[in-house]
Amino acid sequence: MAYKIVEENCTGCCACEPECPNQAISETSNGLFVIDPAKCTECIGHYDEPQCVAVCPIDLTCIIDENYPRYEAA
Amino acid sequence: MQTVQNHTGAESAGLNAAVNVDEIMQKVAEHKGCGTSGGSGKASCGSGAGANDLPPEIWEKVKNHPCYSEEAHHHYARMHVAVAPACNIQCNYCNRKYDCANESRPGVVSEKLTPEQAAKKVLAVASTIPQMTVLGIAGPGDPLANPEKTFKTFELVAKHAPDIKLCVSTNGLALPDHVERLSQYNIDHVTITINMIDPEVGAKIYPWIYYKKKRYTGVEAAKILSDRQLQGLEMLTERGILSKINSVMIPGINDEHLVEVNKAVKSRGAFLHNIMPLISAPEHGTVFGLTGQRGPTAQELKALQDKCEGEMNMMRHCRQCRADAVGLLGEDRSAEFTTDKIMAMEVNYDLDARKAYQEAVEKERQAVVAAKQEELQTLAGAHSDIKMLIAVATKGGGKVNEHFGHASEFQIYELSTAGAKFVGHRRVDLYCQGGYGEEDALGTVIRAINDCHAVFVAKIGGCPKSDLKAAGIDPVDQYAGQFIEQSAIAYFKEYLDKVASGEIEHVAKGDAVIRQGALIAA
Ligand code: SF4
Ligand code: SF4
Ligand code: SF4
Repeated sequence: MAYKIVEENCTGCCACEPECPNQAISETSNGLFVIDPAKCTECIGHYDEPQCVAVCPIDLTCIIDENYPRYEAA
Repeated sequence: MQTVQNHTGAESAGLNAAVNVDEIMQKVAEHKGCGTSGGSGKASCGSGAGANDLPPEIWEKVKNHPCYSEEAHHHYARMHVAVAPACNIQCNYCNRKYDCANESRPGVVSEKLTPEQAAKKVLAVASTIPQMTVLGIAGPGDPLANPEKTFKTFELVAKHAPDIKLCVSTNGLALPDHVERLSQYNIDHVTITINMIDPEVGAKIYPWIYYKKKRYTGVEAAKILSDRQLQGLEMLTERGILSKINSVMIPGINDEHLVEVNKAVKSRGAFLHNIMPLISAPEHGTVFGLTGQRGPTAQELKALQDKCEGEMNMMRHCRQCRADAVGLLGEDRSAEFTTDKIMAMEVNYDLDARKAYQEAVEKERQAVVAAKQEELQTLAGAHSDIKMLIAVATKGGGKVNEHFGHASEFQIYELSTAGAKFVGHRRVDLYCQGGYGEEDALGTVIRAINDCHAVFVAKIGGCPKSDLKAAGIDPVDQYAGQFIEQSAIAYFKEYLDKVASGEIEHVAKGDAVIRQGALIAA
């Protein structure tokens, strides 16, 4: 499973991008940010809390993407 | 990540930082003319600051910096570029959909630029406006939460335009990690926004911070933030980098407390303290806007600034300009420099032409000072307890040279037998935009300068003139085109004479309103 960014809430502030340990976050052509679910590990093994959630200034913007199963550490 | 590794190094450096602070403070204290009238009459403190108020090496650095000296603001311009959108803390007076409210006005969105675009913009502006001498990075987020973008911009600018001064404004959380790098880039001005030194107070202002890969909340968050801010300030002082402190005055939360903050930052070597009014309106969508937290009135703000002034230089002319503003004083020419226009521009940076222009400006500044000194002589020997405020419409050059109806702001001077002292400014631009036909625009201007006895303008129409008079504000256009302070002193002298002869009676004026709300439009 992975996190995703709720497009309507994202301000495009870019705070999350450099914090992701997996370079899973990138800018889209409209200046907002997206998470690549294939790269997101929910920060497991890196940090106690998902970094995008911790740094994002807007509540409920970086949230669990229910379309994917929970990530399991290898 | 790099930031994580930096922390340890920075913290040990912070310990050493305390060592030299005392010595440097001693130096600052010895030079301060504030309050102690040594020799050449009373030194005027704060934003009217002149060579007398600061140690010479500091004065040398700031004399052309419009954000530090009101007088310089008449002759030089600054610009900001928005290359740093991310922030590492949350403030209750900020809505992250807009620019950082610390340095710019709430409710404004700046165009995000890459460091390359920003550098090009700086060169384009500096070539068009030779008065542009200072580049700041302030928001929309925190420049030091975006260190790569910030430093890349500085590096590019320093390479192509070595005469432009660089400054950076920060909330301070990441500051200790970057002081070393700042000193390498030869950035000599740093502004830290410090709203409290007591974490209990801080918890009411900052809901959370993001620090060392964790989100902290409440008192714990405020404690970390405060420690880091003061540590960063000490490190700057130790390295001889000038630091200015910004504080947002929030009535009922930190208004009393800011006197303590003033002492704490002074003792750590900050050379200027700028107390700004909270600007909050529900439509900004900030926490304070939504809870109905009010901002201070003009009198409350001035009382607090006066209380702190004996302690150190206060800055009273900060306009909380929008982060991407370009130009002199209240002027904003940013529309001429949109990204599209800049990228299409052919920029030819002519260092010599800029130097020649700035030399001419220096001559003009000296003329302003000379005129003021001469006029002051006429007040010598006059004794009176009367103090009064006047509002002045100006577009720069230190002169009364703006029409009443065109003024986007008024400069406020306090007149007494000690002379004319700049004490602040009032923005009125929003109310004028629709012209005077719009409902009660004039009334709003009057409320903004209601604490003034007179308003100096280059020109004024008959209608506003009579309304001003009815409100007890004397519309004065006889000094059109003349130097502000010289005219103000002459006016004051005449006023005193009239009071003495019984022709008029001196009455105290009421309070004024600091314009709030509807800032999104500006
Ligand atoms: S949860 Fe962690 S790994 Fe996933 S996108 Fe956010 S920061 Fe990157
Ligand atoms: S931190 Fe939040 S608001 Fe900022 S870019 Fe990332 S998802 Fe968007
Ligand atoms: S420091 Fe500036 S950008 Fe960050 S939350 Fe505070 S006001 Fe907003």
